[in-house]
Amino acid sequence: MWSAMRSRPVAVIAAYTLLEGMRNRLAWLVLGIIVAVFGLSEFIAEVAITETVEFQSAFLGATLRGFSVFMVSLFVITSMVRELNDKGLDLVLSLPIPRASYFLGKLLGFSFLSAATALLCSLLLLLYVPPEQVLIWGISLACELLIVTAFSLLCLFTFSHVTLALSVVMAFYVLARTISALQLIGGGPLIEGTSLSQQVINAFMASLAFVLPELHNFTVSEWLVYHTGQWGALLAIIGQSAIYVLLLCGAALFDLYRKSL
Amino acid sequence: MGWHLECVARAIGRAGRTAETQGMAERSIRDVPRPVIGLLLVALGAQIGWHGLRPGPQAGAQALPEPPSIEALRVAALGDPWVTAKVLMLWLQAFDNQPGISIPFRDLDYARVEGWLARILELDPRAQYPLLAASRVYGAVSVEEKQRRMLDFVYRQFRLDPDRRWRWMAYAAIAAKHRLRDLPLALEYARAITEHATGPEVPNWARHMSVVVLEDMGELEAATILIYQLLDSGVVTDPHEVRFLTLKLEELRAGMEAAR
Repeated sequence: MWSAMRSRPVAVIAAYTLLEGMRNRLAWLVLGIIVAVFGLSEFIAEVAITETVEFQSAFLGATLRGFSVFMVSLFVITSMVRELNDKGLDLVLSLPIPRASYFLGKLLGFSFLSAATALLCSLLLLLYVPPEQVLIWGISLACELLIVTAFSLLCLFTFSHVTLALSVVMAFYVLARTISALQLIGGGPLIEGTSLSQQVINAFMASLAFVLPELHNFTVSEWLVYHTGQWGALLAIIGQSAIYVLLLCGAALFDLYRKSL
Repeated sequence: MGWHLECVARAIGRAGRTAETQGMAERSIRDVPRPVIGLLLVALGAQIGWHGLRPGPQAGAQALPEPPSIEALRVAALGDPWVTAKVLMLWLQAFDNQPGISIPFRDLDYARVEGWLARILELDPRAQYPLLAASRVYGAVSVEEKQRRMLDFVYRQFRLDPDRRWRWMAYAAIAAKHRLRDLPLALEYARAITEHATGPEVPNWARHMSVVVLEDMGELEAATILIYQLLDSGVVTDPHEVRFLTLKLEELRAGMEAAR
């Protein structure tokens, strides 16, 4: 293991992170939730008088997305906190491997778990939605989970505390999903836009939007319900994900390199 | 005892100070490799550039969706239909103000508005809000067809619980008389109050509305007959109300004599 660690540290750390996910019975949890959500969606189908499949698709898509985001961020944060408490991080960083390799290995391992979660969620949707739309939705969910994973890692390196890190991740997620709606409300006809306070708030929202990912364009339930997903939309999502994950990597590495053992 | 407690408290405090709560000491920014700082700055620039180049959020009016079945709403309410009814009512009322755009009420699909109001009343039958919204908000638009639809909705809902919903029926009768200038419709609504809203909380003026409308229509004989029916039915027991009706009866008789 140690020789492999020296030659291919990123791959080894990623593999062990994946192994941890499997030993923590993460897959069983995902499968259990998927079965429960499937049962609930069938129940909803029983009570809906019309548009049964649309109801099921919308319910499944929204529930699975929310569950995936929460589960992935919780797993990343608790796993990393355990490593901090067990001095696993100290041990790895005392080895002659760059800190960047440790971070990238962790990110890669967690990203595989996120992608597997997105895959499992998408497989269930195949029951109700055409494969092409499920594929677009699934890739978008994987991108969304990748951003959440990288942000969870950054929060953990910054705060080193489960409650704080998870709260910040959830707040980030909700804000990134709602920022465009908040901007529109701020500029809408109901709000008096000429007052100084409103102008300051609008300017603050606009500047906040510059540093948040456009998550409102990701994993849209409309694709599942009305089959309107386009590959072109996916290109923008992948582009945004690549840029934002790079930004989060930069910030997390900056934090990690400043940590003193 | 106090000393023991202090020792226990200190021990708990020490046990709680793990790496999680302690955090790690930080090194100087100069210890961060330059490629990492470069990556951070380039990625931040790329994110700002990406956001700047992408089109801003566009306000688009969304059509009011079809209301779901009452069964689906009851499931979604998680055993608390009253709160769900209140939240839905506020959502429906605010639907004309969507992010960045305002839709006039008259442009809403009234069949769907009616459907949502009916669902809300099914969730919370004692609620008055949906009937107020139907008669005074959605029924106040400048499209006569939509006004009539809302007043008809109020009428149908009134028939389900007259003693609790009479005031919206009374408002509908006034709206039919003054806004729509449709006296037969106003009479139909006023008669509905007289015939069905017989509870002790229904005030006299509401029960006597049909007399006033009949008088306005010139149907003095019908108004007289209605007063006789009211007095004979035993529903009217208040002496002031009996006196008012008796005076009205005399006034109508005088009017009929004058007309002959």
